[in-house]
Amino acid sequence: MIYHITNNTAAAVPIAEIPVVDYMDLYNDLAERMTEERYHVAHYFATEVSGGGLRFYLLLLDDMESTVMLSSFIPDYYSEEGLASLSALHPAFHPFEREIHELYGIKFNAHPWCKPLRFAFDRCDRNSTMHNYPFYEMNGSSLHEVNVGPIHAGIIEPGAFRFICNGEQVLHLEIALGYQHRGVESEMTRSDNRLRQTVLAESVAGDSAVAHATAYAEIVEKLSSRERSTHLERERAVALELERMAMHIADTGALSMDIGFQLFQVACEALRTMTINTTQAWCGNRFGKGLIRPFGTYFPLTAETVETIRRNVAEIRRRYNEVRCEMKESPSLLARFEQCGVVPREEMWRIGGVGAASRASGLCRDIRSSHPSGVYAEDIRHEPIVKRHGDVMARLMMRCREVLQSADYIEKILSAYTPAEDMPNPDYRSALAPESLSLSLIEGWRGEICHVALTDAEGRIVKYKIKDPSLHNWLALALAVRGEGISDFPICNKSFNLSYCGHDL
Amino acid sequence: MIFGKLKILRSHGRQAIPDLSRVELAPTFRGRPELTLTDDMSDVERAAEMCPTGAISVEPFSLDMGRCLFCGECARCARRNIRFTNDYRIGATRREDLVVRPGQSVVPFEQSVVRADIRRMFSRSLQLREVSAGGDASIEMELGATGNVNFDFGRFGVRFTASPRHADGLVLTGPVTINMAEALEICYDSIPAPKLLIVCGSEACSGGLFARSGAVDRSFFDRHEVDLWLPGAPTHPMTFIEAVTRLRGEAGEDRK
Repeated sequence: MIYHITNNTAAAVPIAEIPVVDYMDLYNDLAERMTEERYHVAHYFATEVSGGGLRFYLLLLDDMESTVMLSSFIPDYYSEEGLASLSALHPAFHPFEREIHELYGIKFNAHPWCKPLRFAFDRCDRNSTMHNYPFYEMNGSSLHEVNVGPIHAGIIEPGAFRFICNGEQVLHLEIALGYQHRGVESEMTRSDNRLRQTVLAESVAGDSAVAHATAYAEIVEKLSSRERSTHLERERAVALELERMAMHIADTGALSMDIGFQLFQVACEALRTMTINTTQAWCGNRFGKGLIRPFGTYFPLTAETVETIRRNVAEIRRRYNEVRCEMKESPSLLARFEQCGVVPREEMWRIGGVGAASRASGLCRDIRSSHPSGVYAEDIRHEPIVKRHGDVMARLMMRCREVLQSADYIEKILSAYTPAEDMPNPDYRSALAPESLSLSLIEGWRGEICHVALTDAEGRIVKYKIKDPSLHNWLALALAVRGEGISDFPICNKSFNLSYCGHDL
Repeated sequence: MIFGKLKILRSHGRQAIPDLSRVELAPTFRGRPELTLTDDMSDVERAAEMCPTGAISVEPFSLDMGRCLFCGECARCARRNIRFTNDYRIGATRREDLVVRPGQSVVPFEQSVVRADIRRMFSRSLQLREVSAGGDASIEMELGATGNVNFDFGRFGVRFTASPRHADGLVLTGPVTINMAEALEICYDSIPAPKLLIVCGSEACSGGLFARSGAVDRSFFDRHEVDLWLPGAPTHPMTFIEAVTRLRGEAGEDRK
């Protein structure tokens, strides 16, 4: 047995039940298995074990069976030989192996792109810095380089982009990140204060506060034997879908802005305001911070809030649909978006793309349908929206359709909803299972969010790993702009709208 | 086609808030806290212990908004002592004014420390360069929202600009990561004097959750004077608008 099989709804797994295998056995198995599309990596990380050395954990998702396959291995820490690189066979592994290499100095033989991932403060090689990032170089008298960032023109987060261009045409884009590295994962284990851990999860990526906080809350709930109320699950799903609507609408507006289509831009700005103000009316924060807490909430839906949300969502849906229909018929918009920034399905799959961006390329990765939990496993039988073309237009239409879909889900949940009479308050003190691994998978608006926690003998969280979908999808952006005019970069970038802080942590 | 667009316009209606000085936020919004002293302060002790950023001090009783993430947990824990109002007028010119004490019902905006240059040069037009140094994107989106179709702060001459060379000041968000420290410094140096420095968000004001993180370098604040402190997680667009308006000397009435 190479794997321990669990799923996204099961309780935490005792670490003792996770097999410790020989690396080459796992390597050979993955080399074979990853040629099938049903499998993809959710997380792969190393952690220090007591007594020295490292234990590697792998979380592999089987989309067909809705299972999570756990495995681990303990390589000889003092061996100089290094490990055979999985990225060399399956590029989807690249961010994970790069992270492990950066933090612990583990060598991955024949890794094609073993560059620093985020210049973490606790990295192994302190001589590797932002200043000597090994950018890819190409020589040729007709080529030039364009460096953008870390500070960008707009009010956005920092990251460095280096283009190699032949005239207007981009031959290669390399994205160097790490500027936003705040040390979130190590702060998660600094103290046992679970309120602090919850707000840390909320700030992993502020635009996905609900999704990351839900992932954290589920981690804690799975480590505890207590049942979660079904009311709570419903309300979390409403918050998550509201977040999805707000961000997709924001991106629709941002894409319109970048091609100078002001009507759609302002219409979407107003609709986004309305969406996030609905969240604010519910919980006092426009991004839903403060709403998601382990085991309970301070903001249970009342008949009145349900009514407000339903009314606003119906109105937003109607007005957004007007914008959507008009977009599809605007020649100047189509001229910019169609066949621009194409990521073919095959490439998206090879690099391990997830979420909305993967679905726009025809690759169906959606946790809500492949690994459902809560409402998605019961009332809502989520059917992912999948587009084929993988261009900017497909990513836009994907968002358009998902806004409508999310609005329908909210209506479906709330129309049959009787507010809880006795909603539990949050609980920050419940005892957690000792020596266990807890995982949670959430489909945020960008895609698959995966949190993993390990507890020690006293039930304290000693290791916390976070994966934002951006970790996979930044490479998709780099591939999308190849061959495009450099002036199309902004719309390609907006069509993905990836998180810098979610990547840098 | 044109009818479809007219339909969008009709549904859109008029969005700009006519009078920004009269905006009231939803009653649920967590803004300026109000503190009350009681004989038994054990609830406050528990709240202080729980607070994720150590914003609450028990003896003497105070709450530092520059650290507060407005999660509202303390108000649940110590109901008699701490209450969050929906007052968004919480920006201040001095860091110490962000510390709220019992009985206080307004955040002071000390005009005397505002440099004369600011009024003279920036009361008609103010171009700002935003730098995120570890901000979590929510605060950047809120700053972006100040210029959107609803708040439309641009109508008063306040805009965000792409180049620091064109800017009159810098708006800093995030706890200032080590990896961004140098870029931030270069950007600040590139802005021609006289210039403003606005610190936006509780994480920028104090480091917030990351105040003790090994990935953060706050030495920037040892070298530069801050003109405006804006707490919040994230700072609401109205907090930014109200305080910047006041800084430029336009808001006539005092805060009440």
